[in-house]
Amino acid sequence: MDTVQLTIDKKPVVVKKGITILDAAKGMGIHIPTLCHMKLDDLNIENRPGGCRICVVEVNGRRNLAPACCTEVAEGMVVSTHSIRVINARQTVLELILSDHPADCLICVKSGKCELQDMAHHLGIREIHYKGEQSTYREDTSPAIIRDVDKCIMCRRCEMMCNEVQTVGVLSAINRGFQAVVSPAFEMNLDHSVCTYCGQCVAVCPTGALTEVDQTSHVVRALSDPTKTVIVQTAPAVRAALGEEFGMEAGTLVTGKLAAALRNLGFDYVFDTDFAADLTIMEEGTEMLNRLSRFLEGDENVKLPILTSCCPAWVKFFEHQFPQLKDIPSTARSPQQMFGSIAKTYFADKMSIRREDLVVVSIMPCVAKKYECGRDEFKVNGNPDVDYAITTRELAGLIKLANINFNRLPNEDFDLPLGESTGAGVIFGTTGGVIEAAVRTAYELYTKKPLPKLDFHELRGMEGIRQATIDFAGFPLKIGIAHGLGNARRLLERIESGESEFHAIEIMSCPGGCIGGGGQPYHHGNAEILKKRQIAIYQEDGNKKIRKSHENPYIIQLYEEFLGKPMSEKAHHLLHTKYFDRT
Amino acid sequence: MTDYKMNLLICGGTGCKAAESDELKRSFKHWIEEVGMEDEAQVVFTGCFGFCEKGPIVKVLPDNTFYVEVTPSDVEVIVKEHLVKGRPVSRLLYKDPVTKKQISESKSMDFYKKQLRIALRNCGFINPESIHEYIARDGYMALGKCLSEHTPEEVIKEIKDSGLRGRGGGGFPTGLKWEITRESVSDQKYVVCNADEGDPGAFMDRSILEGDPHSVIEAMAICGYCIGADKGLVYIRAEYPLAIERLKIALSHAREYGLLGEDILGTGFNFEIDIRLGAGAFVCGEETALIHSMEGLRGEPTFKPPFPSVSGYLGKPTNVNNVETFANIPVIINKGAGWFNQIGTEKSKGTKVFALAGKINNVGLIEVPMGTTLREVIYDIGGGIKDGKEFKSVQTGGPSGGCLTKEFLDTPIDYDNLIAAGSMMGSGGMIVMDEDDCMVAIARFYLEFTLEESCGKCSPCRIGNKRLHEILEKITNGNGEVVDIERLRLLSSVIKDTSLCGLGQTSPNPVLSTILNFEHEYLAHVTDKKCPSGQCKALLQYDIIEDLCTGCTLCFRNCPVGAITGERRQPHYIDQTLCIKCGVCYDKCKFNAIKLS
Amino acid sequence: MTKIKTLADLLKIKEEVQSKTKLREKSDHPEQLVQVKVGMATCGIASGAKETMKYFIDELEQQAIDALVTQTGCMGYCYAEPTVEVILAGKDPVVFGFVNKEKAEEIIDVYIKRGELVDGVIPLSFRTIDD
Repeated sequence: MDTVQLTIDKKPVVVKKGITILDAAKGMGIHIPTLCHMKLDDLNIENRPGGCRICVVEVNGRRNLAPACCTEVAEGMVVSTHSIRVINARQTVLELILSDHPADCLICVKSGKCELQDMAHHLGIREIHYKGEQSTYREDTSPAIIRDVDKCIMCRRCEMMCNEVQTVGVLSAINRGFQAVVSPAFEMNLDHSVCTYCGQCVAVCPTGALTEVDQTSHVVRALSDPTKTVIVQTAPAVRAALGEEFGMEAGTLVTGKLAAALRNLGFDYVFDTDFAADLTIMEEGTEMLNRLSRFLEGDENVKLPILTSCCPAWVKFFEHQFPQLKDIPSTARSPQQMFGSIAKTYFADKMSIRREDLVVVSIMPCVAKKYECGRDEFKVNGNPDVDYAITTRELAGLIKLANINFNRLPNEDFDLPLGESTGAGVIFGTTGGVIEAAVRTAYELYTKKPLPKLDFHELRGMEGIRQATIDFAGFPLKIGIAHGLGNARRLLERIESGESEFHAIEIMSCPGGCIGGGGQPYHHGNAEILKKRQIAIYQEDGNKKIRKSHENPYIIQLYEEFLGKPMSEKAHHLLHTKYFDRT
Repeated sequence: MTDYKMNLLICGGTGCKAAESDELKRSFKHWIEEVGMEDEAQVVFTGCFGFCEKGPIVKVLPDNTFYVEVTPSDVEVIVKEHLVKGRPVSRLLYKDPVTKKQISESKSMDFYKKQLRIALRNCGFINPESIHEYIARDGYMALGKCLSEHTPEEVIKEIKDSGLRGRGGGGFPTGLKWEITRESVSDQKYVVCNADEGDPGAFMDRSILEGDPHSVIEAMAICGYCIGADKGLVYIRAEYPLAIERLKIALSHAREYGLLGEDILGTGFNFEIDIRLGAGAFVCGEETALIHSMEGLRGEPTFKPPFPSVSGYLGKPTNVNNVETFANIPVIINKGAGWFNQIGTEKSKGTKVFALAGKINNVGLIEVPMGTTLREVIYDIGGGIKDGKEFKSVQTGGPSGGCLTKEFLDTPIDYDNLIAAGSMMGSGGMIVMDEDDCMVAIARFYLEFTLEESCGKCSPCRIGNKRLHEILEKITNGNGEVVDIERLRLLSSVIKDTSLCGLGQTSPNPVLSTILNFEHEYLAHVTDKKCPSGQCKALLQYDIIEDLCTGCTLCFRNCPVGAITGERRQPHYIDQTLCIKCGVCYDKCKFNAIKLS
Repeated sequence: MTKIKTLADLLKIKEEVQSKTKLREKSDHPEQLVQVKVGMATCGIASGAKETMKYFIDELEQQAIDALVTQTGCMGYCYAEPTVEVILAGKDPVVFGFVNKEKAEEIIDVYIKRGELVDGVIPLSFRTIDD
């Protein structure tokens, strides 16, 4: 390995060639403050435009200060990370950024989690010497995301996520000089663009420029309305991340506390989206087997691979970008929507609640779910199957607002019948999980034999595109997995070019799957957090007594009492959907 | 056909006209008639000789005698002695300032030698749309010589030996750049010609492409041969339609003649050139921004390294040179590095083209050897300051250059001297300011430009320049405080120190250099609330001189804001709180009763 | 046009075409041909060089003066555009500044036809690489 020797803050150090001053200093325990820079290790995601100029350091022999995030180490380099010149420059640059930033921290949704606020504190800014005009832009509200661009500091993280990682290409810098800002082209509104609402821009925004549409007030209003029965479902990835909002170590499972908190908040029934995930497996797994067997019988009308359709951002992505493939994804609705549909029919009937009096709230790691529950095909006479979708972060806010001491809550169980789930439902929260859950069920339905082992390690991991072949009693089932829409695009292109052949593909829009969703507690560029959440999800799966969806007794009961069998006409009506060409 | 034996050329430029050249012409005609030579000697007015310091100038043809500081009383002697008897009047001849010898022939005067056209050698000489005329002037000989007689290494060595440095502003040694690009290993490399000339007032690149496009094509092919590239791209702003048109014609001729394309001159070397149009963003003159713009991305710079020589267009090694740099290459090959490096100063070889503009008589494009002084450029070539006003400052290096005072007039121009003086070479804009220019307003003007042209990527340039501009506006509006001057200094130094690219690293130069050289003007604005040059409107005051005012009511009737009051036939009065300083009253008053302070 | 295949070809073409520009470089040739070069860079065109050039072409043709009117690039005298260089047989080139139609008419009538200089001559102020 090639190494170089350099001196940072008077300490000599030998580091790997090609790394940056920032990383070299980090290795020595020297923290150089950064603002625009963000790196998710192992996920191949890095934003380093070298634009904010906060991380500048003094390098002997150079005329100007050098950005530590972009400057490679060199032999004999002498670096000062905190000289007077550097501190003065950093403070001045930060003062400049603050001089063009609304000082409404007290009422900003990002307050307390804002990297700019932290930086002002860290650099001890007590006065802004260079005051002047602030740039102002129109606020842009969409079904899921709000752009309050006055708060944009041009770190370009959102642009990097939107273009390089997601290849959606909605956000990019426009205008020049002081007017420069990140925006959809021609300052179009987000809802007129091809935005998928994946929310990865929100997940990485260091300030309050990009946030989710806050629906907590609607939820509070519903909860305080005595005429309404308010039920809640909570997505698998929420339980692996919510604890972070209350100071717990990343990867702490809080399933029991979560159920208790929701009950404390006043929800009449506390259910689990995992139940609907099991239901999804029944429908999607059956659809997959149908298509597969017809394909193997030589039916030329059948198209493979089958693609998962749980992720609303992914659905909107292919509706915009690959409309020619709209016949390939499974027609199964997402677990959120299956839950809403069953809740407002089967459950409402059972409890004799009128549809209009039943409010379904979902807690999601996702901002696109807000958009999904508003889609017309998921409404009956204008009444949506799911009324409000709030994020993990919004829920944390609600819990704090209600003065619930989350950390001290006892563990409670979900309510029945829609709260019972299997390990297969839980792993929907991570990349590879949906397809593993499907395989567990499809294998047994196809081979009529019990699975020799439940853990499909070949399907797990953080690799952007993965593939595996599962032996279906002699039939090699080829599976592809992609997380991140850019990886999804690459995988689809491989299929289109005939380079790869798969029978089934799982796609999730966010890096890591739902655990890395746009509605999760902010990771602030720490990829370890995502990895720990993933571990927690598999841990929860392992703890479950039942780990195969088709063995969920309440799912069996639901089919017996209400749906008939998977893919029945009723199931088709309530649990399946269609896709639109949005080009 | 009247065949005059002699011609008397009298300078009719502004400077000399002011110095009575009209009277001279009359006088010459009179005395020539007097001696009966009207059929033999003709008197003609000419444009400015550019030598206004010594004006009025009279030149006698055919013997090329050059008389300086001629007064009407000298005319009789010149006619009777020189025209009649053929004896030049030695006391009126130009004296070489160094040797003190009198020089009669203008061609041997330093003045004539002050300009040397290398990059502009064919501009205004050949028809740019004729490849034949280019070939007739040794065109494509350099390419032919390189391809058939020299290895790329030999050519690079020649360029290195010549001492040629990049003419786009940075001044990086061209040969070294080529060598680094040559040494970068890749299956594909590119030669890029930067024709995104963006400095306000600079147009040397445009002129070269309009006047001599083949020289750039030839040089790009030579560069391609040296670095191992078969593809060239010219990045040119769409605002240069004529240059684009001429370049297109030249490219098609070169292709038809096989001087571009495959197997050029039977040597097996392939080279093709494409044109890429830019939208005219100033920042796209920065090479990484230029490359991103060509890639279809936002024209924004990225941090260097990696330099384009290692990773440029589409991630491939790319050699970017500007138009003027390329235009020097064929001459260097044809005449040799030894010829070229005799011209100029120790560290800056050859010539530099400047676009002379501002309060100067001979606005235009000039090319001088490195080491020429600012005084020679401004007074000898530029013909001095317009309307006989006092020189105040010269700004070199485009919008982010510094403003130099008369103390620097005798500084020999080269890359290092200009930087040492607090300015820079830039791409060769040179703007001259006179006593009427307010230096604070000038700094504000340049900031306005860089502010507009900043890409907005890095915080110090995006926001810092805005704040600098705001402070300057505050000062010119009469609201400045002394602390603002210090703020400008501190903020400028941080912007320079922390900005991502050359634009932000230099944009505070006009501010810093004007504070350094003209601090008294800043102080006058902030402490006395006065603009010494009378340029900053907000700091002006119009008053009516009671004794002179006749009460004609003309000013009262013309004032657009009703700030003037007064009875008919009584002295009028201006309400300063209402006055918007438009100056209408001043212009209208027939009795000079309005005073400006 | 045929392709130039070798350096020798190029030299041959140069010999052929050089006679063209020699007219301009050597002023002692015997041919009675007037050469008019109009500075047609952006600065020139903006100041009306196109009209000037057209006028020269039309007028010289009409008056049956054997002349070659061509365009060229910027001579650097931007303060005096449009600029026109006139080379009379056997004489040094003369550059005139501010050449509008009236001036062009004067140049044709007085300088080209009679050989008398007219006001507005621009003095040469640079060396070329051949000097």
